[in-house]
Amino acid sequence: MVSAYRAVLASRVRAQRSYRTSFALDLVGAFLMGLAELAEVYILYTAVQGIGGFTFAQILLVFGLADLTFSLADIVFGHVDNLPEYVRTGKLDVYFLRPQPVLAQLVTSDISLRRLARAGVGAGALTVGLVLNDIAWGPATVALLALALVSGVATFSALFVTAAGLQFFLVNGAEMTNAFVYGGRYAATQPASVWPRAVTVVFGFVFPMAFTAYLPVTALLGLPGAPWLPSWLGWCAPLAALWSWALALACWRWGIRHYRGAGG
Amino acid sequence: MLVRATGVPRLRGDLRLRAYWLLLVAGMRTQSAYPLATFAGLVANATFGLLKTAILFAVVEAAGGGIAGYTAGTMSAYIWLSQGLLGSVNLYGRSDMTERVRTGDVATDFLRPVNVQAANILPAIGKGLFAFVPRGLPSIVIGVLVVGMTMPATPGPYVLGTVSMVLGIVLSHSVVYLVAVSGFWLVETRGFVGLYMAVGGLFAGLFTPFHLFPDWLQVIGRATPFPSMMMFPIDVLTARVTGFAALQVVGVQLAWLAGALAVGHLMTRAGQRKLEVQGG
Repeated sequence: MVSAYRAVLASRVRAQRSYRTSFALDLVGAFLMGLAELAEVYILYTAVQGIGGFTFAQILLVFGLADLTFSLADIVFGHVDNLPEYVRTGKLDVYFLRPQPVLAQLVTSDISLRRLARAGVGAGALTVGLVLNDIAWGPATVALLALALVSGVATFSALFVTAAGLQFFLVNGAEMTNAFVYGGRYAATQPASVWPRAVTVVFGFVFPMAFTAYLPVTALLGLPGAPWLPSWLGWCAPLAALWSWALALACWRWGIRHYRGAGG
Repeated sequence: MLVRATGVPRLRGDLRLRAYWLLLVAGMRTQSAYPLATFAGLVANATFGLLKTAILFAVVEAAGGGIAGYTAGTMSAYIWLSQGLLGSVNLYGRSDMTERVRTGDVATDFLRPVNVQAANILPAIGKGLFAFVPRGLPSIVIGVLVVGMTMPATPGPYVLGTVSMVLGIVLSHSVVYLVAVSGFWLVETRGFVGLYMAVGGLFAGLFTPFHLFPDWLQVIGRATPFPSMMMFPIDVLTARVTGFAALQVVGVQLAWLAGALAVGHLMTRAGQRKLEVQGG
């Protein structure tokens, strides 16, 4: 059964690599998009002396961690939030006929390799951040980073699945889920200390974006946290990932029970 | 199949104008047919607006209350106007034409008795203009109610600002058309679309106000049409530039628009000769 998924994914990888020029242009496009967003951070943090208690070097860690983990989740789960497309074309109905979970088929139906370029930007920013900052290296810091990376990817993946579940109800309004998927990614690159309370509730806890990068970095650098978000919460990133997945699977099940087919 | 325009009948002048008007209105109708989609866009705009407000207000505060001519009030005006314009100005680089060129559907467009370039840009502009009502204005209202913003007290900036905004919308769709018709020569334009999105978004002021850029980046930006799509119209509307300087902005916009339309015309003609549709 695993080999069936592997065969599908391998064919997707081959398909994307066979149009070389197109794939190369795709990579360049995704890379530039990553750079443009890094440019925003550079422009803002060099225009003034630190924002929300973060210098440019420090925010590079937050940006890098958030962008890297989001992109990795995007490679594997990103296409899941194209669900309306699968519904409209009837592709989803085919998945119901096969003896495998619909979500597993949907996830393995595609893999977006061009987002590797984007992950590269995130990895680059994170590496530079790790070099520039004064970090007390030891087993604890390594564990914290590893924990943050794994939990971040899991949290963002859950975000895509949550979006997909809700899109069963919002076929024409799919953009609404962009608010917390892409809005969430944007929030994850910010220092949570600048947020008003309402934003802290939404992106600190409901969609726990602060746990993907900001909190682990405050714990890593020994910085003070934000109101309601003390820096020791950086160690709780796996809890945030668990909560996100609970929310995601609930939304997915709710959506799939609601689904009645698009006809045709 | 080689499509030639020679056999296509031309419409009489007044009929052609009416056809173009109907295409523009059709675009508006398309947009109004999906109220949920429009509302969804508004929710996304409002979320980004609040996050931008948080970070950019922190920037203004860190700079001691003012930076590059922005106060908290005018920064808020920039944020909510730019979020409001997102549904109207095309910064995504993709249009219906992108798909039509890729699939070869554009061949039928060449058989119609209207100008292909106009017939593809006009509905997109119609959509964009309409989107400003259910998406742009509410976005601004949210900004005013939730955050508050500083806007000019005289009518002048609003009049010229509206002209500049409409020009920005039209310019964006005219340049996106160029990206789409580059598909006559490229198998896949996704890379160009990505380039447009990244460079365009940055210079149009989608991520952060153009005026906060370091000088060298502003110089590069001014050599592109992107600031004229969104950043400069917002400058005029918020009276950041006034008088002769504001008229200059509109002049620059007109020049970019004329250039984009001319290049689009040439590319359409050359593409028509190049177009080959397999099967039949």
